[in-house]
Amino acid sequence: MKTFAYDRARDVAGAVAGFRPGTMYLGGGTNLVDLMRLGVAEPEYLVDVSKLPLRAIEADGDGVLIGAAVRNSDLAAHPVLRERYPMLARAVLTGASGQVRNMATVGGNLLQRTRCSYFQDVTKACNKRRPGSGCPAIDGDHRNLAILGHSSDCVATHPSDMAVALAALDARVHVTGPEGARVIAMPGLHRLPGTEPDRDTVLRPGELITAIRLPAPPPGASAYRKVRERASFAFALVSVAAALEVTGDGLVGDCRLALGGVAHAPWRARRAEEVLTGGRAGEDEFRRAADAELAEASPLPGNRYKIPLARNLIVAVLRELMPR
Amino acid sequence: MAEITIRVNGTGVPLSVDPRTSLLDLLRERLGLTGTKKGCDHGQCGACTVLIDGRRANACLALAVAQDGSDVTTVEGLAPDGDGELHPLQAAFIERDAFQCGYCTPGQLCSATGMLAESGPSAVTADLAEDPRLTRAEIRERMSGNLCRCGAYVNIVAAIEDVAGSGARAGDGVSAAARDMAGARGSAGAGEGAR
Repeated sequence: MKTFAYDRARDVAGAVAGFRPGTMYLGGGTNLVDLMRLGVAEPEYLVDVSKLPLRAIEADGDGVLIGAAVRNSDLAAHPVLRERYPMLARAVLTGASGQVRNMATVGGNLLQRTRCSYFQDVTKACNKRRPGSGCPAIDGDHRNLAILGHSSDCVATHPSDMAVALAALDARVHVTGPEGARVIAMPGLHRLPGTEPDRDTVLRPGELITAIRLPAPPPGASAYRKVRERASFAFALVSVAAALEVTGDGLVGDCRLALGGVAHAPWRARRAEEVLTGGRAGEDEFRRAADAELAEASPLPGNRYKIPLARNLIVAVLRELMPR
Repeated sequence: MAEITIRVNGTGVPLSVDPRTSLLDLLRERLGLTGTKKGCDHGQCGACTVLIDGRRANACLALAVAQDGSDVTTVEGLAPDGDGELHPLQAAFIERDAFQCGYCTPGQLCSATGMLAESGPSAVTADLAEDPRLTRAEIRERMSGNLCRCGAYVNIVAAIEDVAGSGARAGDGVSAAARDMAGARGSAGAGEGAR
């Protein structure tokens, strides 16, 4: 690990004021410390923001305001999440392990790197780690990687489960930076790779996530379902966050659909939502909606399986959300 | 170098550390507490699990410098002070033969200690509103951050189940019966835990 200076920030203003080129903010460290040990991240200056007074979960009008330093485990265990935002509680609970959830912060969960095994191996080329060096995943091991929104420069996926639920819930990310505060609507925090895969998010230098605001929960039932290679403590091959409101005449009212494990960013399935909204709530319609979303998928030879997997998962979750 | 103070197993330790030092390396290399094990050093195996301010965490992913002022409990600090008395989980692991090589055991013990104190649902809980009963399925899910390459999972889960007690719910902690049993075991035969 390269040497670095370390400071613990006392407040948001101090953290941001301390930012200079080569600075990284440290949350729980569950991704950043690992990347530093691997030689992938080499900050010169770590500003520890994990102890900032951003640890409250509080009612905010019809929604909820979640401090960026709230631990993942505290978020999932909070009564408001469990009662009003079960999709989000479930998403957080399916991520990582008990130990990691105790350490990881909400802000850090969002800002964990979009990655693949080549990104984490400094002996290999990687456009995300070393722009212009190439993407060995495209001709190599990509069975867990993107099928939507990727580019010839990068096919990595964002592994957060929480972010997928936040994308479906229209959450807003509050950030403060050297040029002031602003609010970013999910899923707009994360970007697709294009020709700049080294940039995972739209954050500007020095910007720090301070809070996540959830608007009122969507009407109807909601769920988060994750398919992975083992029963626990593994990234999603595909995951689905969904909310479905079915009106008295059997039509779809509000509906939300977001996919994880399929793209460089949490993937809000707006095409599927368009097909569903106002139509009959039924299995054929669910299948048509899934197909509409996946029509633009361009899988690599090793991850074609994700298309039927995503399709079946979308249909199964929506079926589960139908009123009985 | 940074000046920090960490309470380790109840004793405050002032230290001068290189910011690159992990809590795991600090415990093992500087403090000689080699009970905490280095497995993967990437947060994936759980062998380094300790309690930080009472909550289980991977010591390999924690920078020591960031733990200034915190209270760390390692496997060496789990048992109550006294004549060879064991923590109820240690007693139950022996009773159930919950290991083969033992390398993952300190992490399993610290993880299970933290886990039993955690209320709330898990990924396998059907009803998110409740603190579920700690069934085998719940224990397995909650302990998924601790790998055992010998595959002693069946007995590890049984030992944890014994300590939770029948009908226990998430967050209930160690049952009174398990505490009594471990206490009796400690006073009856201090050497037995070291066999």
